[in-house]
Amino acid sequence: MHSVLGDRKSVAILLGPALLVYSLIMLVPMLWSLGYTFFTGSVISGFTWAGTANFSKLFDDPALPDALWFTVKYAVVITVGQVLVGYLLALLYVYFLRRAGSVIRTLVFFPVVLPTVAVALLFQKFFEYAPQTGPVNAVIEAFGGTGVDWFSTPGHAFLVVALMDIWRSMGFYAVLLYAGLLDIPDEMMEAASMDGAGTWRQIRSIVLPLSLPVLVSSLVFSINGTLKAFDSIYALTGGGPGSATTPLTLYMYQTSFAYGDYGYGSTIALTLTMLCLLVTIFIFRGTRRDLAQG
Amino acid sequence: MKRIPGYLCVALLLLVVTYPLVWLFLGSFKTQDEFLNNPTTALPESFTNFANYTQAWSAVATYLQNSLLTVLPSLALIVVFGTAAGFALEVLVWKGRQTTLMLFLAGIMIPGQMILLPLFTIYFNLHLTGTLWPLIITYTAIGLPLTVFMMATYFRAIPREVFEAAAIDGASVIRSFVSVGFPMMRNSVLTIALVQFFFLWNDLLIALTFTTDDSKRTVQVGLLNFTGQFGVVEYGPTFAAICINVLLILAIYIFLNQRVMRGLAAGAVKG
Repeated sequence: MHSVLGDRKSVAILLGPALLVYSLIMLVPMLWSLGYTFFTGSVISGFTWAGTANFSKLFDDPALPDALWFTVKYAVVITVGQVLVGYLLALLYVYFLRRAGSVIRTLVFFPVVLPTVAVALLFQKFFEYAPQTGPVNAVIEAFGGTGVDWFSTPGHAFLVVALMDIWRSMGFYAVLLYAGLLDIPDEMMEAASMDGAGTWRQIRSIVLPLSLPVLVSSLVFSINGTLKAFDSIYALTGGGPGSATTPLTLYMYQTSFAYGDYGYGSTIALTLTMLCLLVTIFIFRGTRRDLAQG
Repeated sequence: MKRIPGYLCVALLLLVVTYPLVWLFLGSFKTQDEFLNNPTTALPESFTNFANYTQAWSAVATYLQNSLLTVLPSLALIVVFGTAAGFALEVLVWKGRQTTLMLFLAGIMIPGQMILLPLFTIYFNLHLTGTLWPLIITYTAIGLPLTVFMMATYFRAIPREVFEAAAIDGASVIRSFVSVGFPMMRNSVLTIALVQFFFLWNDLLIALTFTTDDSKRTVQVGLLNFTGQFGVVEYGPTFAAICINVLLILAIYIFLNQRVMRGLAAGAVKG
C-alpha cells in the first residue's frame, strides 16, 4: 500500500507543476535579485558591475533611514491600531451583540475585501480640502474649526493613512479575535460574576489572559502585512508630501522604476526582506518562550 | 438604561463603516457643478443621472476585461496545481515532503519587491511586457504558497484509510486524486479560490509593474490613472468608476459573505 502511495512518478506529476512554477517565478528571481545587489543599471540601460557600492550607498543614503523609520513606525502604529480596534469590536460582538450580531459582523467585514485602490481614492476624496470640501472638513467647519489640508503635512497625511488602514481591516481582526473570544467558557464568566466581579474586572482578569494567544497571532499576522504595505500608501499619498510617507517598499519601487537603478532597488528589497525575517524570528522566539513558561 | 452606551457604540460603528460608502454612491450621481457648489453631504439632485456611469464605463470596461482575463486563468491554475501539490505533500509518502512544504511556506513571507526586478527583466527579454502573460504567470506563482499550505492542511483532516481503500481497489495515485481527493475538496477549493480571487483582484504592485501598455491595465491600475487622466478632476466619472469597482465586489460579497469571512480568517497566515 505504501508503495502505491509512495509512487515517485505520481509525486512528480502532482507536485511537479506547482513546484516548477513556484521555483521559476519566486525562488530563482529571489536569488537573482541577490545577484543584482552587486550591479548598477537596469534592463533598459544595461547592467554594470558595482561591487559592494550598493551596500556602502545603503549607509550613506540619507533617504534610507527615513524610509526604514517610516516602515517601522507605520507597522507598529497600524498593527497596534488594527488589533486594538479589532479587539474592542470583538468584545462588543461577544458581550453586547451576542449571537445576534451576525449582520453587523458581516457589514463591518465588508471593507476588508474592497480593493485597496478604491478605498484609497475614496479616502482621498473624503478628506479633500479643495476644490471640493470633503465630508471630514465639512464637519470640522460645521463645528467652527478651519478645514485641514490633510495631504500637505506629514503628520496629517500619516493620520489619514492610519485611519484608512484601520478602517479597512478592523472587521477582519474583529472576526479573527471574535472566534478566539467565543472559546472562553461562559461558566467561567458566570462564576466570576457570582463572586462579585464587575464587567471591567471580568475582562481584565479572565477575558484578556485567555485571549492572549489569539491576540499574539493577530499581532503576528498584522505586522507581517504592514511591514510589506505598498498598495494603500501608493494609492493614497504616493509617498508624499515629499517623501514623508515613503516606506521601504515604495522607496524600492521608486528607485527601481523612476530612477532605473535595479541594483540599489534590489539592495533596498533585501533590506526589507531582512527586516521581515528579523521580526519573524524575534516573534517566534518570543512566543516559544511564552509557551515554555505556560 | 445600562445598554444605551452599547447601542451608541454600535450606531457609531455603523456610521463609520457605511457612511463613506454611502457618500461615494451618492456622489456617483452628482454633476461636476453639484460637487463644486453644493455641500458635500447633500443628496444628488437626480438619481437617474447615469451620465457619470456611461462615461466611466467606456474606460473601465477594458480594465475589467483585462482583470478577468488575468485573474480567472491564474485562479484555475492556482487551484489545480495547488490542490495537486497539497495532495502530494500530505497524502503521499516520500522523503523530503516536510522540507518541500517548508519551502512553499517560505514563499508566504517573501515581499513582492524581492522578485519584481528579475521578473521584469525576464518578461522584458521575452517581449511579454505588452501582454497579460506576465500578470497571469506571476499571479499563479504568488498564489501557490498559501494554496499549497492550506490544501495540505485540509488533506490532513481526511482519514488516510480513504486513499488506502482506493489503492486497494486498484486505483492509481493519479486516479485516486482525480476521482476521490479533488472531489472531496470541492468545498475547500471554492473557499481558497475565493480568497485568492480577492488577493489577485485587489493587487496593485504586480499589475502596476508589469503593465506598460494602457490598453492592458487591470481595474486597479486603471482606476489609479483614471483620476489623473484629466487636467481637472472630474468628480462624477471618478466616483462612478470607484463605485463600479465597489459594487462588483459587493455583488460577490452579498452571496458568499460567510464563506469569504471564514476563508480569509483561515488564510490569515498571509497577513
